[in-house]
Amino acid sequence: MILQVEQVSKRFGGLQALQDVSFTLPEGQILGLIGPNGAGKTTMFNVISGVYPPESGRVIFRGEDITARPPYEIARRGIARTHQVVRPLNELTVRQNVMVGACFGRERLSYTAAARIADEVLGRVGLAERADQLAGSLNVAQKKRLELARALASRPYLLLLDEVLAGLNPAEVASMLDLLRQIRDEGVTILMIEHVMQAVMNVSDYVIVLDYGKKIAEGTPREVANDPRVIEAYLGDPKLAAGLLEGREEG
Amino acid sequence: MKPWRQPGFWLPLLLVLVGGGVALVLRKDTLREMMFTLLMYVALASSLNILMGYTGYVNFGHIVFFGLGGYTGFYLISQHGWHLIPAALAGGLASALLAALLGLAVLRLRGAYFALATIGINEAARAFVNNFGPFGGPTGLFVNFAVYREYGGAPQALWLTYTLMVLTTLIVVGLSYWIKNSRFGLGLLAIREDEDAAMVMGVRAPTAKTLAYVVSAFFPGIIGTLFFFKNGNVEPGDAFRLQMSIEVLVMIMLGGNGTILGPVLGAAAYERLRGYLLTSPLFKSLHLAFAGLALLLIVLFIPAGLIGWLRRRFPFLRRWLE
Amino acid sequence: MLAQILASLVDGILLGFVYGLAAMGLSLIWGVMRVINLSHGAIMALGMFGTYLLFTHLGLNPYLAILLMAPASLLFGFLVYGVAVHRIINAPYLSSLLATFAVNMMVIGIGTAVFTTSLYNVDFSLGTVRAGVLALPGTRLTAALAALLITAALYLFLYRTRPGKAIRAVANNRAAAELMSIPSAQVLALSFGIGTMLAALAGGLITTFFPFTILSGSGYQSKSFVICVLGGLGNPLGALLGGLILGAMEGLIPIALPVSWVPVVEFTLFVLILLIRPSGLLGART
Repeated sequence: MILQVEQVSKRFGGLQALQDVSFTLPEGQILGLIGPNGAGKTTMFNVISGVYPPESGRVIFRGEDITARPPYEIARRGIARTHQVVRPLNELTVRQNVMVGACFGRERLSYTAAARIADEVLGRVGLAERADQLAGSLNVAQKKRLELARALASRPYLLLLDEVLAGLNPAEVASMLDLLRQIRDEGVTILMIEHVMQAVMNVSDYVIVLDYGKKIAEGTPREVANDPRVIEAYLGDPKLAAGLLEGREEG
Repeated sequence: MKPWRQPGFWLPLLLVLVGGGVALVLRKDTLREMMFTLLMYVALASSLNILMGYTGYVNFGHIVFFGLGGYTGFYLISQHGWHLIPAALAGGLASALLAALLGLAVLRLRGAYFALATIGINEAARAFVNNFGPFGGPTGLFVNFAVYREYGGAPQALWLTYTLMVLTTLIVVGLSYWIKNSRFGLGLLAIREDEDAAMVMGVRAPTAKTLAYVVSAFFPGIIGTLFFFKNGNVEPGDAFRLQMSIEVLVMIMLGGNGTILGPVLGAAAYERLRGYLLTSPLFKSLHLAFAGLALLLIVLFIPAGLIGWLRRRFPFLRRWLE
Repeated sequence: MLAQILASLVDGILLGFVYGLAAMGLSLIWGVMRVINLSHGAIMALGMFGTYLLFTHLGLNPYLAILLMAPASLLFGFLVYGVAVHRIINAPYLSSLLATFAVNMMVIGIGTAVFTTSLYNVDFSLGTVRAGVLALPGTRLTAALAALLITAALYLFLYRTRPGKAIRAVANNRAAAELMSIPSAQVLALSFGIGTMLAALAGGLITTFFPFTILSGSGYQSKSFVICVLGGLGNPLGALLGGLILGAMEGLIPIALPVSWVPVVEFTLFVLILLIRPSGLLGART
């Protein structure tokens, strides 16, 4: 088990964003984290990556308790993430953005080594020719790929992806899914939040479903999609769920 | 990536070396005095740039380090008979130490709150020195003329001080290039752009910020010691002028915040402009108003400063204008 | 001894009302548009000299002069907002700090050219009011009363009138206010104008009991920062309370320490409060 989340709760004022959520991630798989808007998915990422501490519960990464550690210590232990709302370092070049990931991530590369890795990773996500542009000048789809490149450049054990497929056209989705499978095959564990249902059902080895801050189901994509609680809470409509499994796009 | 092959590296250094060297070759006192002030501002602006330009923390109290470090160095010279060089280093270290202590606390504040706190620190430091007996209270400290004997007379002492000023400026400018193109500097730039995102990427922001603050504070301590030694006296009013902090800030904005050449050119331009306005009878009493107008126009219309604007407008110049 | 403490305390608190009035302007501008107005002190100095000119050259009663200055300073505030602040209202905070400081430099520069930096005073007295052991200068009592009245008027304006409510809405959430079609540019200009006016009025009141130079504003500006942080940045009523606290401190500290230590205590406290509770002692927890 690369990551164990044990009974994590987080509250914002009167809102219980997460309530006693537990799950474990086996190494080398792609895990989908799904649920309706406001289910607490991004909050879960923020707790894992150390952005805010949980009220209770523990997060154990590779056998070590990382609960409420500062984000930079968690990053150095090998967890990298992307943001749902992209956060490029606007006034730096695309290459510099990726170098930040490489310099301060798990391998903590030197400046020159980081520059090399950055170019390699940028080639992989298809941003090579934009390396010298300012990150702020990219369009949203490119910024999403930049986020992924930054995370990859840190050579993480665990990659947290927050809606990297949103806003991409079907061809872009397909190539992104290929890339994610490749990354998994290199041994990186991926936990992804996703709303593009067809894609997440298609690529995930295992799926966890949150609703109103609680875990309501987990299992293989097929099990989850047939779970009546999930259908009620999230998919709303059994016909739609069946459609999903046949590979049609969600409404 | 060898720095000496990058024009962006040697161009600012060459400017400082030539500008500073002319006075050393010609041996003219008036030129030396003029260049001393100019280089002093170049070095102050470049050192502030490491915190403000790279890290994005606006410090209104940069002059605290100039004042306190200068006081420390001057105290060691005038009361304990130290030589200028160790005293200047001690001044720098005193400032760096203060920055380390302050930084741990104050750098937790973000944005305008940090700026406000630095204004408070400036005022508190000024008021404190005013009351601090060993530093002479409101009248300050003086050097005895006998001190100059160690350097072979007053003129020799002044030339030595000037040479050290040139050297310090070269070091600050060279260091700011090195930092900008290093792993440490990359972390600072990431903090400037988005501190929370930088931390998620693994940048140890509290340590990096404090280190930037310490480096940025070390040089004003040295510069302060040199400046007050040159003047022969130090008093709190001169040492802690909030005005001067802001002037240095304006110089950076003029040249280009976060660039290497920008603070050098900005400081030189501002200082020369002020010199002109002060000597021209038409502008003498209005020079502050003109400086204000210039500042307002920059902030409103070219917020990237001269170098930032040139880099954006003419991308092929980027290799030259770092 | 007790009588002396009481006298210093009352003296300080009376002064505190005027400090609070000045700080309220700073606090309002911060609260509405997140701008730290570094031209605040210069505008206070303008208020001082405006009062001085009307008093000395037109022979007006200083309070009448201050009243006349209110609309003028409001207009001046609109002008400063339009020229220096509006364009950079959404830029990084460094821009607004520098833009308002540029205004400060221009005002002080022109002011120094006209008035030099020598000391002026408004030679005006309302006699002394005696109450037991206390002997209170009439001008200070009047200034405190005026500050209270202006604060009350400000609150009536903010809570009872349409433009006042619009200001509070924008302070609360500018984006949301714009969605409700509140014209935020006008509201921001109005807030900046009112903030400027409060500074000028406070400057005017100060002339009735203290001498001043064109540079005096910067000291009061620093005090306003301390007060805002005491009372919670962006909370105008907190600013009045903060002013009273600062005034009381200024009255009491000299009893225990030499007067020259007052600023050390003030600014150390300022930095400490920023560190412990950046929203201010009386501000809301965020």
